[in-house]
Amino acid sequence: MSCQLAADNVLYANGLYRLVYDLVGTILPCWLSYVIAGLVMIFVLVNAVLLGAAVITWAERRLLGRFQNRVGPNRWGPFGLFQPLADLLKLLTKEDLTPDGADKPVFALVPILMVAPLVMMTAVIPFAENTSLAALNVGVLYILAVSSITSIAIFMAGWSSNNRYAMFGAARSVAVLISYEVPVVLSLLGVVMVAASMSLGSIVEAQVLPFFLVQPLAFFVFMAGMSAELNRSPFDVAEAESEIIAGYHTEYSGVKFALIQAAEFGGVGVVSAIAATLFLGGWSGPWSEYLGWLWFLIKTGAIVFLFIWFRATYPRLRIDQIMAVSWKFLLPLSLVNLAAVTLEVFLLRGPEGVLTTGDLGIMAVINVVVTVVAIWVFGNLIRDRVKFQARQPSDVVVPGVTTIEVH
Amino acid sequence: MAVREWAGQELSEALRRELPEAVEGFDETAAWVNPSQVGAAAIFLRDEPSLDFRFLNSITAIDYVEYFDVVYHLTSLKQQWCAVFKTRLYGRQDLSLPSVYQVWKGADYQEREIWDLMGVYFEGHPNMKRIMLWEGFEGHPLRKDFL
Amino acid sequence: MTIRTEPMTVNVGPQHPSTHGVFRVRITFDGEDIVEVEPVFGYLHRGTEKLAEERNYVQVVTLTDRLDYTSSMINNQAYCIAVERLLGVEPPPRAKYLRTLTAELQRIAAHLIAVGFFVQELGAFGTPLMYAFRSRERILELFEMLCGARITVSYMRPGGVFADAPREFWPALDRFLEDFEVEFAEMEQLLLENEILMIRTRGVSPIPPEVAVNNSVSGPVLRASGVNWDWRKQDPYDAYDQVEFDVPVGSHWDNYDRFWVRIQEVHQSLRIIRQCIEQIEPGPARLELPLVLRPDPGREAYGRVEASKGELAFYLVSDGGIAPYRCKIRSPSLINLTIIEELLVGWKLADMIVSLGSIDINMGEVDR
Repeated sequence: MSCQLAADNVLYANGLYRLVYDLVGTILPCWLSYVIAGLVMIFVLVNAVLLGAAVITWAERRLLGRFQNRVGPNRWGPFGLFQPLADLLKLLTKEDLTPDGADKPVFALVPILMVAPLVMMTAVIPFAENTSLAALNVGVLYILAVSSITSIAIFMAGWSSNNRYAMFGAARSVAVLISYEVPVVLSLLGVVMVAASMSLGSIVEAQVLPFFLVQPLAFFVFMAGMSAELNRSPFDVAEAESEIIAGYHTEYSGVKFALIQAAEFGGVGVVSAIAATLFLGGWSGPWSEYLGWLWFLIKTGAIVFLFIWFRATYPRLRIDQIMAVSWKFLLPLSLVNLAAVTLEVFLLRGPEGVLTTGDLGIMAVINVVVTVVAIWVFGNLIRDRVKFQARQPSDVVVPGVTTIEVH
Repeated sequence: MAVREWAGQELSEALRRELPEAVEGFDETAAWVNPSQVGAAAIFLRDEPSLDFRFLNSITAIDYVEYFDVVYHLTSLKQQWCAVFKTRLYGRQDLSLPSVYQVWKGADYQEREIWDLMGVYFEGHPNMKRIMLWEGFEGHPLRKDFL
Repeated sequence: MTIRTEPMTVNVGPQHPSTHGVFRVRITFDGEDIVEVEPVFGYLHRGTEKLAEERNYVQVVTLTDRLDYTSSMINNQAYCIAVERLLGVEPPPRAKYLRTLTAELQRIAAHLIAVGFFVQELGAFGTPLMYAFRSRERILELFEMLCGARITVSYMRPGGVFADAPREFWPALDRFLEDFEVEFAEMEQLLLENEILMIRTRGVSPIPPEVAVNNSVSGPVLRASGVNWDWRKQDPYDAYDQVEFDVPVGSHWDNYDRFWVRIQEVHQSLRIIRQCIEQIEPGPARLELPLVLRPDPGREAYGRVEASKGELAFYLVSDGGIAPYRCKIRSPSLINLTIIEELLVGWKLADMIVSLGSIDINMGEVDR
């Protein structure tokens, strides 16, 4: 006799989980098959994250090569596709150094603590219809909660390394992560309000019109905030390679470095997947019951490309400027977005409290205008005014030489 | 347009008017200054408006075995002229000159370099220690008798 | 509650990714703010001045290549001018034009590196640097046509240049100038009005002209401080009295101006190169001089040029032998570093790297 998973279990919606559960349940006790099916799914997700990280490292290096008029890795495999594998092998064979003065247990714990939240976040992402491992009804909250573990891991890395550059990186990173949490959370509030749900599955279903059209401001704040949380350019002060070597992971080598690197690039993948789910409509698209995974991958890839594009283009901001961008620019923007969306939802929703496609269209039109105006207004407010004044010409200027002056 | 180079005689006369005891003589291109008077001469050369040598191009020490020459190349950006003054130190041990760090801060590393490589000490330099070689290195490698 | 804080001393370098070689600065930080700076040199000290005393006058040319290895043509030029002044000879006109032309090409190459790394240090990951290197590579190929070497060129000799340019050099130069116009415009478009670059560099580390002059700063750093002093104008050597060009100066004295001055100087260099191509006439490219030079004893010469980093000068003293009795190198990189305290103290860690990049030092020249 086989086991029956309760229909209100968060794992019930996942078809693969139920399949494994039923299969194992025919020979083993139910509690054991519950665990084994879970382990199988964890195996799949961990591999998805790490493989995704590998693909993103490859894509990043190839694309940066294209952006910079060079080739990028192209030696091993077609288009250098096996390069991440070679990198991994190299890192695995390297000596795993721990500095003398390091706090050893904490130092060793960091790489695991960096990867774990990423894998945990993937548990609620719907890769296609009914494929999220746990159809958690507080998915958005869960993601926000789990993702902030990373900041602790980074601070642990910086503190335990006993390296001053690592300390700089950690101090900067924690400051950045805490400041950017606020606008990101506020921008997601608008999404949750329009979708009237915190479950990622329902948010995808609510996006008859993708939310990056309905709330462009929220999408903008989310992308900027996530660039900062992932330590990506132009907010990559935590590991600013030209200033503080490699920031918090200066002292890491070998397999620990590989894991941190995987966490970094896996983070790009997971965050892009979340952005695709929350703002680009996730798996929804034509023939989504069969091709949902394809739409999901395409949308995720588009966001990954955006991150790589930022990295190839922007110089880095200084730490105080990054704080200013967060508190003086993104926070007001997310508040404007929240106010606008609240009013619109309040005025437009029908008697049962639902928004129709037409309502979303009206919101999109209004919010695009709000976005342009808000970014323009706050963008001009934040600009440094009179930080420098034109200087008096000095008396050491040589007469009789034609000069051109900067304006 | 081209900068004018002061002849040695011209510069020594200009110096002699204010600091008669500082000038020892002159040659074709340079005025010779008494080693102990280098500081006073430097301040005069910089501050006197008719000279206005506010830019120190370089300081060079030359080892002639019996004596050392220290050569100062100066420029006035405003007046567009250049001048050279030299000073001579006899002996090989315990050589020292007044530092011109307080007059031209550009002398900072050059004086340290001369101390490091030539062994001429500059009195009054706030950070007189070796620059290229490490602390504790023996000898001054640019001297003719080194190696 | 009061939180106890203490300053933290960090050794930036000698193995730091953006100190332009093996340069070390001992910096004391209060949080991210710099309170004390002490540069430490000597990691690349090779005793060039001593080595020059052991070689004859022509052999020293190869040593000069290795000073500032991003602008070896200009180093050659400075040394050759010093030797010519020592001997009292003048190179033929064609040699003068060839020297001016190659020196300006080298200046473009050196400024491209300076600008590329400057933006790299602002955190732009590689893209502007690669744009700069794409054009620099073309210049190095031109050098290869002239003398067979790309970096350590040793192209110039006392009395002229090593050999006249080959026939295929001139069309290649024309092609380069044509392409470079476009490539450089692309780079300017990417960088000049870049908002992040502006807020990171505008108003940061201004050096007033009086301070710059008192610290013997020269070259683009001095000009960015508002002093229009350029040895090519003030003391024209080679063919610089035959060509027209302007001197860009900064008006805010900050990091942005130092970056901007270099960009503008590339334009002026292009102007000079074009005029050289127009004016150059056939003729000998090298003065007939004996292989082993023996200047008169007791002579001395101060040969200076406006190198890409500033005033580069060789002070040669002869004792009548085949080698210089004393060969002092006035290296602009070392002396420009005198302002390091004014430049860094009071600014942040992130600005430190950028300011260091803006004075564009080269350790080969600092330590010699």
